[in-house]
Amino acid sequence: MIIPILILVPFLASLFVPFLYTYVRSKKIGWMVLPVPLILFVILSLQVPKLASGENLFHTIRWLNAADIHFTTHLDGLSMILGLLITGMGTLVVMYSIYYLSEREALGRFYMYLLLFMGSMLGVVFSDNVLVLYVFWELTSVSSFLLIAFWHQRKNSRAGAKKAMLITVTGGIGMLIGFLMMHQMTGTYSIQEMIGMAETLPTNDLFIPAMLLILLGAFTKSAQFPFHIWLPDAMEAPTPVSAYLHSATMVKAGIYLVARFIPVFGESELWFYSVTFIGLLTLLWGSFNAVRQNDLKALLAYSTISQLGLIMSLLGIGSAAMLDIPGVDKTIYTAAAFAGLFHLINHSTFKGALFMIIGIVDHELGTRDIRKLGGLAVFMPITFSIALAGSFSMAGLPPFNGFLSKELFLEASLAVRHLGLPGVHTWIPIVAWVASVFTFVYCMIIVFQTFFGRQQQQPAWVDRGAHDPRPGMLVAPSILGALIVGLFFFPNLLGKWILKPAMAAVYPSFGNPESLVVHIAAWHGLNPALWMTIGIIFVGTILYIFLRQWRRIYTVSPFSWKIDNIYTLLLIQLEGNSYHLTNKYMTGHLHRYFTYILLFFIAMMGTALTFVWRLTFNFSEDAVVTINEYILVMVMMAAAVAILFVNSRLIAILLNGVLGFTVAFLFVVLRAPDLALTQIVVETVTTVLFLLTFRFMPDWKKERPRRPVKVLNAFIAVATGLIVMITALIVQGNRLFDPISKYFEDAKTLTGGGNIVNAILGDFRAFDTMLEIVVLLIGGLGVYVLIKLKDKKGGDGNENQ
Amino acid sequence: METLITLLVGVLVMVAVYLLLSRNFVRIILGTAILSHAIHLLILTMGGLKKGGAPLLTEEGSTYSDALPQALILTAIVISFAVTAFLLVLAYRIYRETGADNLDDVRRESDD
Repeated sequence: MIIPILILVPFLASLFVPFLYTYVRSKKIGWMVLPVPLILFVILSLQVPKLASGENLFHTIRWLNAADIHFTTHLDGLSMILGLLITGMGTLVVMYSIYYLSEREALGRFYMYLLLFMGSMLGVVFSDNVLVLYVFWELTSVSSFLLIAFWHQRKNSRAGAKKAMLITVTGGIGMLIGFLMMHQMTGTYSIQEMIGMAETLPTNDLFIPAMLLILLGAFTKSAQFPFHIWLPDAMEAPTPVSAYLHSATMVKAGIYLVARFIPVFGESELWFYSVTFIGLLTLLWGSFNAVRQNDLKALLAYSTISQLGLIMSLLGIGSAAMLDIPGVDKTIYTAAAFAGLFHLINHSTFKGALFMIIGIVDHELGTRDIRKLGGLAVFMPITFSIALAGSFSMAGLPPFNGFLSKELFLEASLAVRHLGLPGVHTWIPIVAWVASVFTFVYCMIIVFQTFFGRQQQQPAWVDRGAHDPRPGMLVAPSILGALIVGLFFFPNLLGKWILKPAMAAVYPSFGNPESLVVHIAAWHGLNPALWMTIGIIFVGTILYIFLRQWRRIYTVSPFSWKIDNIYTLLLIQLEGNSYHLTNKYMTGHLHRYFTYILLFFIAMMGTALTFVWRLTFNFSEDAVVTINEYILVMVMMAAAVAILFVNSRLIAILLNGVLGFTVAFLFVVLRAPDLALTQIVVETVTTVLFLLTFRFMPDWKKERPRRPVKVLNAFIAVATGLIVMITALIVQGNRLFDPISKYFEDAKTLTGGGNIVNAILGDFRAFDTMLEIVVLLIGGLGVYVLIKLKDKKGGDGNENQ
Repeated sequence: METLITLLVGVLVMVAVYLLLSRNFVRIILGTAILSHAIHLLILTMGGLKKGGAPLLTEEGSTYSDALPQALILTAIVISFAVTAFLLVLAYRIYRETGADNLDDVRRESDD
């Protein structure tokens, strides 16, 4: 029962925050929000021992039985990692944001969105029912949209928010379709039950489409190539948001989803190829592009993309353990997934710290352009130290946690060569190595171009006395900095308590999770991976030193290509074309719209009549027709048709009167006295009304539509009439059930009224009648107002317009 | 009888639709009025015609015509009257304000 409450608490808090803010109206609101993630983090942490002993927390709140949708939460090792990141990073980010955001900002809104995100993200990782998961998934997109556009007065913020929304929601919809396909195959919405059926699935026709669609959702969310383009633009968000959503948590949702579905799809080679190759491509492209950025935050964005690709490729290599290949030592590949999960945690620590540091630099100096920065190490020693730890960790240097997971990554990239699948060769470790070199280069850029060297312009901040920020702002990055170092020295604590249960969740079919845990050691001999690292440092240093010389290649294609341009072009085209298309048919002319509606009606009903329905008629139960009834009907037909051809408005109105009164006659003949009475009264008043307006309106000019229009109108009219007629005849000939009117014939005993029609109106369906009177009243009011309304500017004024 | 009335309904719908597709206000309003007539007759026909006496329990005889369609139509007549009245006044008002008595002129006015 704890987990559903965990999910709901942030939502409730986010509802509460705006009201609280109207009373507090200051930074204190941040301190009031802070306990929410902190308490959640503590509660979650208390579950760690339970999970480490192999237990899972599963809880179901029955919800929609008919649709098989239940609020099922599932806390296992995998969701625990994400849960701890969400609440832990959430705590740090809230604390950091208290100092980062000024009092003038709309803080109530900010924390409301942040809590909304926190709740949705917890929902994503704890939901077992895929449809519930999908809803939370889209909610994270929505809250991300709101947070990116937090400074909505900026054009770039709005554009970035829109881009992120469009891309992630497109992927999300694909994922939803994938989930529905999974339901089609398995008959369940529960991920755990799908895992149980995993072996029977690969032969199903829907298996591959479902897999690709779910991957689409994961790749768009985790900013994998070529969908990564939204992440750099999302950096328009306030820095705490970037640190939280766009590096530590939300972008990890796709990785979580991939890890979650490894037991389901891992047996497919296509899964291995897609995840591994897309991951590697993203890793390379992201790191390569990070080097060319001048904005520190954009650099971090590309580095995040690259690191996400790294984790993704590790999960891909890890899923190779599920492949049915004889003679392969599976622990090599499970070790890759282990490294992926380990790096997932490490990345959140060092990237979160780096984002916060960049935020501090931006906050204190007002710029984050590396061309303007330099030499800050002297002024901001603490900030510098944390930045150093974060960057070196990201570059994969000891003694920081990134070194450990990076070594494991290099080992995995070497190991996968021996998998023996087509297309898997030595190029994989080469790509990994090249990407790592670029990673090393941009990490050095962060450290050395920001904190060392001369200031390249006359720095205003030297005069102002640039210095470390207030201690409060440093608390959160310092904690992360301590983790970066701490995890290097005690990685196996993490392995035992956190990663072991997570591995059990990723490989449920492998039995003993102990065998899946890699013993992490900082020193593991001079193995190939270490040689690769030494090579990275060597080549990376050279590249960094000669950065200015070779940076020119970014202007040469294909290195200058930006996927962004495709997006922009597509969007502009789409907008332009739909605008033109809409303008073409939405002309504002009523008769055009009538034409569309009726043509659609004719197309649908005409098709149904021709191909679907059986045209069976049954005239045997028709009542006999007397001669005077014939005459009435003939009069009506003649009057109706005549209206079309008369030249005078007056005659048309009178002919309409003829129609109305003949209808009244028909009602008499057809045993409907009440209708006849009403019809006579109403028809009289209507005719009077027509004649009244007749006085005020000009006579109608003969309409001379062009011939094709006339033909089309005639066709529509005749076709509509015929369809109504034929449908009515079919219905009369094929009654499916008896009329219910017998019930009303007890009106005498039920209501005391002898007139059945009156009893229905005044008693059985009195509420309807009352509302009908309300409609009449509203109509009457409308008429009254329109008549009494004074001409606003006078008739003359309008004519001159 | 049912077939005959259904044929009548078909003709009325044709005329009404043709009028609805024109541009002059009065013709369009006439179209809505005729369409209501057609639909009223259609509903009545659907319940079966002349299957018994008028639905008055005081009348002699043991069978009655279907009362439910009649009740529905009664409501519909009143509503369609409200609609017709409102449309007429609206047309009058538009003519007063803009001098237009057909939709194309109104459209042109708002485009300028």
